[in-house]
Amino acid sequence: MLVLQAIIDGILVGGFYALMAGGLTLVFGVMEIVNFAQGIMVVLGAYLSYALFTHLSIDPFLSLVITMPGMFLIGIAVYWSMIRPIKQDRVIMSLLVMFAVGTIAEGILDLVFTSNLVQISTPYVNNSFTVGSLIFPDIYVYAFLMSVVLLAGVYYLLYRTRFGRSLRASMQNPTAARLVGINTDWVSAYTLGIGVAMAAAGGMVFGLTNSFDAASSYDLISRLLAIVIFGGFGSLSGALIASVLMLVIQDVVAVVWSPTWGQTTFYVILILILLVRPQGLLGRKAVRAQ
Amino acid sequence: MLALAAAACGSSPSSSGTSHGPITIGVSVSLSGDFSGDGLATKQGYETWAAFQNAHGGILGRKIQMDFLSDGSSPTQVVTNYQKLITVNHVNFVLGPYSTLLTKPSSVIANRYGYVMIEAIGGGPSVFQQGLHNVFDVSASAKYQLITFAKWLVATHKPEDVAYASMTDPFLQPMLDGARAYLSAHGFTSVVYKLYPLETTDYTPIASVIAASKAPVVVLGTMPPDGYAFIQDFIQDRYSPKVLIEASGPDQGTAFVKAVGANNTGGIMVPNTWFPGSTYYQNSAMVSLYIKMFGGTANNISADVAEAFSAGQVLTQAVDHIKSTSNSALEHYLHSGAMFQSVQGPVKFLPDGENSAATPFVFQWQHGTLEDVLPAGVGHPVPILAVKPAWGAGG
Repeated sequence: MLVLQAIIDGILVGGFYALMAGGLTLVFGVMEIVNFAQGIMVVLGAYLSYALFTHLSIDPFLSLVITMPGMFLIGIAVYWSMIRPIKQDRVIMSLLVMFAVGTIAEGILDLVFTSNLVQISTPYVNNSFTVGSLIFPDIYVYAFLMSVVLLAGVYYLLYRTRFGRSLRASMQNPTAARLVGINTDWVSAYTLGIGVAMAAAGGMVFGLTNSFDAASSYDLISRLLAIVIFGGFGSLSGALIASVLMLVIQDVVAVVWSPTWGQTTFYVILILILLVRPQGLLGRKAVRAQ
Repeated sequence: MLALAAAACGSSPSSSGTSHGPITIGVSVSLSGDFSGDGLATKQGYETWAAFQNAHGGILGRKIQMDFLSDGSSPTQVVTNYQKLITVNHVNFVLGPYSTLLTKPSSVIANRYGYVMIEAIGGGPSVFQQGLHNVFDVSASAKYQLITFAKWLVATHKPEDVAYASMTDPFLQPMLDGARAYLSAHGFTSVVYKLYPLETTDYTPIASVIAASKAPVVVLGTMPPDGYAFIQDFIQDRYSPKVLIEASGPDQGTAFVKAVGANNTGGIMVPNTWFPGSTYYQNSAMVSLYIKMFGGTANNISADVAEAFSAGQVLTQAVDHIKSTSNSALEHYLHSGAMFQSVQGPVKFLPDGENSAATPFVFQWQHGTLEDVLPAGVGHPVPILAVKPAWGAGG
């Protein structure tokens, strides 16, 4: 029964990790840059929801109506002010730029919120319900459902809209996309905006389930990168599968053996899979095939 | 020529007792990274001590000037920082950083350059097993941190099942193992023993295992983030142990209350080396000055503040006694068996640098206040709640 509980916990927690990693993989798919600032953007999302809850008593889930558009604009601003002006070695230079963005954001957050740990403590954060002897914490269930809805929304945007076609065209061949009249700059800007907005949603859940400070971004980004590599750079569904698998593997190993070996086991499996499929579970080739 | 050669070779421990400039004290503090919460409190503790001592004539009649460098909680950066403090900034003395993880490599650097390292927040066994003679810990070392709690449990409870979990930290794990060894020797059964790495962010599987064991006693070697998370997970799992003690987390004042909810704090215990109402040496002055400098209330002052302050107090007394800024004379005197006083109580060093006079306290949340409950007979402890109230039953 403990193993079953660990699998359920892994699936529920994996859901909102997919949300955070989804933004990272989307940005790579379109812009071919690894957004090293995604971890700190998640923490920024957590802080914004924390501030709105603490000072204005706005429920964290409701706060997404404010934080997601706000962070969408931040993503666009970062693209126009820092990524687009790069004329040479854009892929490499943008890595450094995003790292710098993350470092600057961490400094500002430390300055504004101090380095004291905080947590978004809503009345329902400790509630849970049971099914048989299995326990379902309310917050993880809400977060999982929200992640499914948001990821489905992004999926719809990608595969059922004109913007999505432009975006996928930019992913497959940016030069050809420009030739047929797609403004790839705006597509890239919107993509970074969407990626950062997804971080806002993931950050809100992270802030509800963990105490955090700006430094929490380091543990987050290493996990998110592992998820994106496992799932395949550029694949949204790959990120979802990889998130769930990572958390389930870690949780089950923690229960039956030791938490110390949970992460090690995941990374061993990750390496083995990459040996067989260097592009990850649903890497770019698979994405293009869709 | 010799002086020039010495200068060219870099740093040598300061020994001039005749200078009229400020006495400089170098410390690496963790203002970001995993220890940032405690690191900030540690820095504030050192700042409070320097301000207090400067208001009372400084050391040897000279003002104290603190030289802080931030290490990002990194064992690599902390080494660089102490090298810079000693060889570039030429500080007179160094005091310890936050945690055993950082104290261990720092003390090696200090030793290399002939500096004494008085520290208060790095009492893991590995620090004292290095064979160094320049490290002096003014607090209770790791393996004894929970001994007061363990002795109370044995004296007041029949042997029961105990669940243990700890971060794999060089201070926290020995702390847990020390309690486990004592309790096992007295008939208490270890039903869960889980270690988890520092970078863990999801504690639900560990909490589930502990909850499933239904152990009435839970001992956790936590830092604040996991300390808060375990309580949240236990509440979600509807598991309320009779006795719950965490190494760190409940000692974080309002941050702890906000994180776990005021109605869930009651009965939770935490070991500590200090409390605000202590009548130990200069404690009330430290508390007043801290509040004046940083705001808040006495109950919200982290024990890290007092620990850092204690390190400064011992340095003050020792340097005032030897009347010199010579690190070698300081090391010799600290090894002499002399007794010092601090806000944490008496300090007397064993040959390996551990404090043989330390008396670890146990604190417990009762009615919204972190109360001093153990040991009996030191200060004015309030009666301990032998059984933790159920979750939500009030602070």
